[in-house]
Amino acid sequence: MVLDIRGLAVTFRTDRGPLRAVDDLSFSVEAGRTLAVVGESGCGKSVTALAIMGLLPPNARLSGSIRLHGREMSTLNPAEWRRRRGRELAMVFQEPMTSLNPAFTAGEQVAEVLRLHERLGERAAFDRAVALLDRVRIPDAARRARQYPHQLSGGMRQRVMIAMALACKPRLLIADEPTTALDVTVQAQILALLDELKRETGTAVVLITHDLGIVADHADDVVVMYAGRAAERAPAARLFARPEHPYTVGLLGAAPRIEGGPGGRMSRLASIEGTVPDLLHPPEGCRFAPRCPFHGTDCTRQPPLAEIEPGHATACWRAPLDQVLAA
Amino acid sequence: MNEPLLELRDLRKHFPLRDALGRARGAVRAVDGVSLAVARGTVLAIVGESGCGKSTLGRLALRLIEPDAGSVRFDGEDLRALSPAALRARRRDMQLIFQDPFASLDPRMTVGAAIAEPLRLHRIVPRGGEASRVAELLERVGLRPESAQRWPHEFSGGQRQRIAIARALASGPRLVIGDEPISALDVSVQAQVVNLLADLIRDLGLTFVLISHDLGVVRHIADRVAVMYLGSIVEEGAAATVFAAPRHPYTRALLAAVPGRGIKAPPIEGDVPSPIAPPAGCRFHTRCPHAEALCREQPPILAGGDHRAACHLQDRLPPAPPLQEAEPGGDRLRRLQAFFQPAGTEA
Repeated sequence: MVLDIRGLAVTFRTDRGPLRAVDDLSFSVEAGRTLAVVGESGCGKSVTALAIMGLLPPNARLSGSIRLHGREMSTLNPAEWRRRRGRELAMVFQEPMTSLNPAFTAGEQVAEVLRLHERLGERAAFDRAVALLDRVRIPDAARRARQYPHQLSGGMRQRVMIAMALACKPRLLIADEPTTALDVTVQAQILALLDELKRETGTAVVLITHDLGIVADHADDVVVMYAGRAAERAPAARLFARPEHPYTVGLLGAAPRIEGGPGGRMSRLASIEGTVPDLLHPPEGCRFAPRCPFHGTDCTRQPPLAEIEPGHATACWRAPLDQVLAA
Repeated sequence: MNEPLLELRDLRKHFPLRDALGRARGAVRAVDGVSLAVARGTVLAIVGESGCGKSTLGRLALRLIEPDAGSVRFDGEDLRALSPAALRARRRDMQLIFQDPFASLDPRMTVGAAIAEPLRLHRIVPRGGEASRVAELLERVGLRPESAQRWPHEFSGGQRQRIAIARALASGPRLVIGDEPISALDVSVQAQVVNLLADLIRDLGLTFVLISHDLGVVRHIADRVAVMYLGSIVEEGAAATVFAAPRHPYTRALLAAVPGRGIKAPPIEGDVPSPIAPPAGCRFHTRCPHAEALCREQPPILAGGDHRAACHLQDRLPPAPPLQEAEPGGDRLRRLQAFFQPAGTEA
């Protein structure tokens, strides 16, 4: 087991009171596998990524356990966590332009990681950086290594970020919406590159995304998050074949497909009415209940994330959902 | 009546580039010879990746920016020939919905005032009749009439986009252009707004131009689709036909790149070339898996009858892979999703 998270909670101190962005979250990822954390804005997926990386802001309080290769991370002090970042775990962000330094060339930034963690000399680090840029399929890597971020396309900048993340062969790679800012043809290239690197290096990947299509093509396992909690957790193929949380069911029907839906053009899409709850004042019990077509009086109690079969867990009193179809 | 409501002919728009000293340094060839017609009461989608010129084309169509060459005819009338006053009067017939509902509403104006502004501007309702028309528009987009007294910041992203749609509809336009109208919204909220747009298009008989990179949404609401690449249209036809049997390699690549269909290999390599110096010949040849010598030399013309493509090889390409319905959830999922049907008015 590369990453094992148990009962993770993150609470932010805000002017309007404590905000629990992540609540009682548990999952694990093995080497060479991709776990997707999927959900909409504010569901806690990016906060989870920052918590694993030890990059939470000072007003955040973390509880629960984050184990990397069996070693507890949540009790590390910031300096220890910084030493592990880059070497044992690394992250690729959504917007490469804001995470790259505009004042240094692509090659210098990759080389910097190598000098810091592998104590390579300047010349050796730069040569390794060029090799890494070539490895992430940047054409003409030796020339591109001498260019600044603004001279590179969005896709190439994201490749530079991936090269930096993989420079020290981390055991865990966290990719937070790594292709959301990219065009669809370039997105396909970057996701294929991440798959290929994962296969070759055996690194474990946590893929944070809002796109269920990406989950279907690139994840082995999935956690669906809603309003800070895990709604459902399953192997990816199982989630798409037999979703057992009403939120997952709604999400799957909300995005129209290019094949055309069963209802045809202009037919009504499944629509989750209303909006996500305010996490400063979350509803009592199941947080999805106010938007759920199957809610009842029992939903004022929080349903536990319970297995309905080995490896497939859902937090819903109605599960298995075949009950509501039979009713 | 068969005359199209909107007709673009040979439109061209280049944005000149200047260096720090103000000297001319080439130009971004945003739109480079586009001809399109939109029939009354139909939905045309313009699709393509960033920088393909689709947003510029939308603004040219409304004459929000001036073309370098070409013509825009609205309801048979040449918009470029109109006097400024006549153009202003025409504006009530043509409206634009933007991507970002946060930027398109004035935070210092109540929702009611924002929707009433076009009513006043075009003197559409008699004095004193505005409030009831605003209430009607709010209900039409699924918001409570009382929302008129509230401020934009009190609403969620999806609700703000509903407000922006109500404002666009206020003047009773015949043509609405939506520039990525749902792209800034979360998936579950996107579905609400797509359902609303579909209702409005059908119920009001709108002619709608959807500018979007989301091929699922395009398939869902468009009658016809035009695919743009580096400033020109590479394929155009009935949406169902273009999706089922794409004739241009770029259209095929776009469709193959849509995630969730089990295709893991990237469909094409490389980035979109710079619109400042687009490739000679066919502009797609640098990324096209089928390109031949002819493609590098000669720009193809958009040819064909009702389904046109700009590709020298279009009659010789292997057939496009079929779009099969990959729906592992099957009947059970469809029956569960049937419970997620909108009740009407939203909070």
